[in-house]
Amino acid sequence: MKQVILLLFGLMVSLNASQGQVKVGDKAPGFSLMNTDYQIVSLSDYKQQDGVILIFTCNHCPYAKFYEERINQLHRKYAPQSFPVVSINPNDSVKYEVDGFSYMVKKGYDFPYLLDNKGVYKAYGATKTPHVFLLNNTDEGFRVAYIGAIDDSPQDADEVEEKYLEAAIEAVQQGKNVNPSLTKAIGCSIKPFVL
Amino acid sequence: MLFLLGTWLPMMGQKVAEVSADDLLARVQVNNDTTYVINFWATWCGPCVDELPVFESEELHAGDVALKVLLVSLDFKSHKETKLLPFLRSRSVEAEVVLLDERNPNVWIDRIDEAWSGAIPATLVIKNGVSVFYEGELDLQHLQSLIATINHQKSSL
Repeated sequence: MKQVILLLFGLMVSLNASQGQVKVGDKAPGFSLMNTDYQIVSLSDYKQQDGVILIFTCNHCPYAKFYEERINQLHRKYAPQSFPVVSINPNDSVKYEVDGFSYMVKKGYDFPYLLDNKGVYKAYGATKTPHVFLLNNTDEGFRVAYIGAIDDSPQDADEVEEKYLEAAIEAVQQGKNVNPSLTKAIGCSIKPFVL
Repeated sequence: MLFLLGTWLPMMGQKVAEVSADDLLARVQVNNDTTYVINFWATWCGPCVDELPVFESEELHAGDVALKVLLVSLDFKSHKETKLLPFLRSRSVEAEVVLLDERNPNVWIDRIDEAWSGAIPATLVIKNGVSVFYEGELDLQHLQSLIATINHQKSSL
């Protein structure tokens, strides 16, 4: 019986996790977090933009490292098109020292790299790094337009066949349906701040 | 002589087969008395490495359930010789390890379990085609409860 209860508890936890994830079409949860220049960055700072490429990522994860240069390229390509990148590190550095704030500063990204010590990852239902949420700025504010992977080849940028995220951005720009609007990728589980 | 032994013994680690998701599922989606515990992990994943001893513990294998543990490594193929095999040797990992050889995670993750977001560690327990899936780090008690559940499900069907 105890084991069944344990399992039920486990199921409830996982159900909660999946219910917590925003869905495509949902209103994007707002956030105000500290950037690597010690300034607070909020989603509402971006209301003049057509959208935001929100990426939960970190320093230690090999998959996050694979995508570092591709994320830089995304910002260079899409910031001028009014879809800038905002990245968020949801990890507490207790587990991995290199996920700490000073190491985030050293990355020197051209886009915000925010420290999530407020559980924003949970509001989005991000479970891993990297985990992408494309936000479309509509008449009703920011809406989630795409969730998932950047492309189909994490380990080798030269072998990418499908650029899921770029296809989603272009669909949003053209007012078309995003398809697929949800993709999956392997990533490092988030080790969040205990709130 | 001791020096020779010292250099030779660590080289007796297990071989690691490279398998596709199809290979993996074909092997565990079978009707027999075995409960398969399939753990997705990687040497670069700290929580995964932390929980590995659970899958090899004597307590886990002491029960009367026929258990087969498969550790499915998501290490990068290019790191097989340089990281994965040395890790298995240094830890004396005895459970069977296979290296997943797949390209596009968006295709194969759902085939393992639709509830999986893609974060590791993740564990699938399967017997006679009935499975439970858990994303996250497991302790012994929790893993035992998953195994018990699968076996109770079988008897109540």
